[in-house]
Amino acid sequence: MDVLWYLIPLALLLGLCGLGIFVWTIRSGQYNDLDGAAHRILIDDDDKPLPDSTTIREEK
Amino acid sequence: MSETLNQIHDFSAYVEINEYGKSCLTLMVEGVHCAACIQKVESALQQLSYVTYARLNFSTKRLRVEWDGGAELARDVAETIRRQGYGVHPYDPKAIQAESDEEERQLQLCLGVAAFAAGNIMMISVALWSSTIEVMGIGTRDLMHWLSGLIAMPAVYYSGQPFFRSAWSVLKHGKTNMDVPISLGVIGAVLVSLWQVLHHGEDAYFDSAVMLLFFLLIGRYLDFRARRKARGAASDLLAMMTGTAIILLEDGTQKSVPMRDLKEGMKVLVPMGQRIPADSQVLSGVSEIDTSLVTGETMPRAVKEGDTVFAGTTNLSAPLQLIVKSAAHDSLLSEIVRLMERAEQGQAKYVRLADRAARFYTPAVHTLAALTFFGWWLFGGVDIPHAVLIAVTVLIITCPCALGLAVPVVQVLASGRLMKRHILVKSGDALERLASVDTILLDKTGTLTIGRPKLLNRAGVTDEQLQIAASLGASSHHPLSKALAQEWSGDLLDMQDVREFPGQGIEGHFNHKRIRMGSRAWCGNKDAAIDGDQAFLQELWLQIDAVPVMSFKFQDHLRDDAKKTIEELKALGIRPVLLSGDRQVVAERVAAELGIEDVSGELSPVDKFNRMELLRRDGHHVAMVGDGLNDAPTIAGADVSISPASAIDMTQNAADIVFMGDHLGAVTEAYRTAIFSGKLVRQNFALAILYNVFAVPLAVFGFVTPLIAAIAMSGSSLVVIANSFRLTRMKG
Repeated sequence: MDVLWYLIPLALLLGLCGLGIFVWTIRSGQYNDLDGAAHRILIDDDDKPLPDSTTIREEK
Repeated sequence: MSETLNQIHDFSAYVEINEYGKSCLTLMVEGVHCAACIQKVESALQQLSYVTYARLNFSTKRLRVEWDGGAELARDVAETIRRQGYGVHPYDPKAIQAESDEEERQLQLCLGVAAFAAGNIMMISVALWSSTIEVMGIGTRDLMHWLSGLIAMPAVYYSGQPFFRSAWSVLKHGKTNMDVPISLGVIGAVLVSLWQVLHHGEDAYFDSAVMLLFFLLIGRYLDFRARRKARGAASDLLAMMTGTAIILLEDGTQKSVPMRDLKEGMKVLVPMGQRIPADSQVLSGVSEIDTSLVTGETMPRAVKEGDTVFAGTTNLSAPLQLIVKSAAHDSLLSEIVRLMERAEQGQAKYVRLADRAARFYTPAVHTLAALTFFGWWLFGGVDIPHAVLIAVTVLIITCPCALGLAVPVVQVLASGRLMKRHILVKSGDALERLASVDTILLDKTGTLTIGRPKLLNRAGVTDEQLQIAASLGASSHHPLSKALAQEWSGDLLDMQDVREFPGQGIEGHFNHKRIRMGSRAWCGNKDAAIDGDQAFLQELWLQIDAVPVMSFKFQDHLRDDAKKTIEELKALGIRPVLLSGDRQVVAERVAAELGIEDVSGELSPVDKFNRMELLRRDGHHVAMVGDGLNDAPTIAGADVSISPASAIDMTQNAADIVFMGDHLGAVTEAYRTAIFSGKLVRQNFALAILYNVFAVPLAVFGFVTPLIAAIAMSGSSLVVIANSFRLTRMKG
């Protein structure tokens, strides 16, 4: 059962990483315009990621 | 219309300066519907040297622009977008929707936390279920339980907030809703499990509690997204009436004042192409007025001295001097706003199916749990903690997991299905309300008809004639000129000295020839035979060097499938009623052609609203289909409302369902989907209840273990979801 001592913390850590990333995606406004994201993929030009604009900071 | 709006909006007033010294502006952009539009708007703005940030949110049609420099550049920014062919309106980001944005983000976070916790606790639970106490020993089991608890308790505390808050707020008022048994079940499960773990108990229900929250949050989030609706349609209209008007002072000088400061008796000057600021009377000038915003009619009305004009209409062809008859807050437009606000309040009374289900479900569940507790404690011979444990499993098992998903999943799938057919469902319960409709009110212009005059005799016109006419009309706001411009896609001729003669036509010079285009009386052949029906037909004569050459004939035509749609509606048992602001004869003609028996013409916006109220009072469930501002109050007040995407924004905002394209068949399509969704929702409820019939006895008699609870809960939810997916296989 010794394996539990590091496997469980490891599993939880991975889960927490996932959660952390999810929280970050919400906070950086990636769910604000789901329909737009579906359309933007069709634009040929390189669509730069959102700059860390003052807007995002404000919306927080 | 939007062109004239832009002239009166003072965009710089909406600019904010942020802490980095940049000017920020949020605009509503009209007419964005594809990737190319996003790109066009954004790249046009990025080409301005001072703009540092431009991002268009496609879902909300809001554009955020930031730039280096002062607020005065706002006008150029707005102008840049307008030159790309999109309408822009200023938008106050603080006023609207900030609240619901925050709520959505909170739900997403709760959902994320619940998903994390449910996944990790399940990992531990699977280990517990697949082993026995003899194999792993009591120490390992306690460790597993403690770990589950340590993940579950903070997660429940955080993710349960939306339910706890809602439950507490109704309990305070001595009422109950679906969130009360949910909260009790979840909190009870956590507390009992904690007690079990402290006493080295066998069963812990942390997994059930968290999984329950996870499923319910999915339902809650879907429901929230479906219900989110552009709120406060009335405030949009008032925003239209912000701006300035030019008044004439006693000494003959002109002064610009805000529209809301206009008082009775003031003299106002309204230039061509601008909106009339208040209900007033014409003092001098002859012009044509675009009344489409107020009456819904596309043809301009000629006005002369002494005529009354209403706020919100647009002066088309010549400057007018007006005397204000009633201040802005007494105008017809304000009356419409008031009606809309009243109507929106009336709508709030509708009780959704899910809430009606909660009304009998909640007390039943609580009684059952209480009976179980007392039964085991008094007659079952167990101690109080054990009796509480069994009562809580009853609460967990009956928790309306499947019920919570029954409605939102169907709504989301139905909206998705209609979206693919270019029908946008804006409020979640719209389909629920549509399914109960027995009367449908239809507006004429723009709803049953396309709403734009179309050239009828294209075959009888040479390209040269069309080119001359289109070039001459290129600068005019008149709908007939616009119709000509739409027919002609080639080059335009360079017309000299173009002048507009109000109520008569346009004159210009080309190759030293005087060219006139206008009414029969002004430049036509008075003796030419009138072919066709006067009530429908409009003609425009072309005259070159005082010789009438030919006439263009226009007609607003019915939507292709209008007749078929009306027949289908009748076959479905819905009574169509035609309510028009147009003349009685015209309304009757259209009604006869379509087979509508109940028809009224010459109705004001208030008349339409009253007709709808009357029908509702008689117990009818009324749907309204309309597009103009004159329909807006009726749209807001009807049980459910539909408007074409060509409608003015205000009406679209108030409507529950918006359809794109020229086919009225969208109405029957939405109705059939609504009926089928209703059936699925009822089936889902039946499935959820059926599940309870089997699971509850098990729980009451104490046979439910954490494993059974987990299987039962996810099983019932999956069955409900699977049943809802039948919607995607609906024919048609």
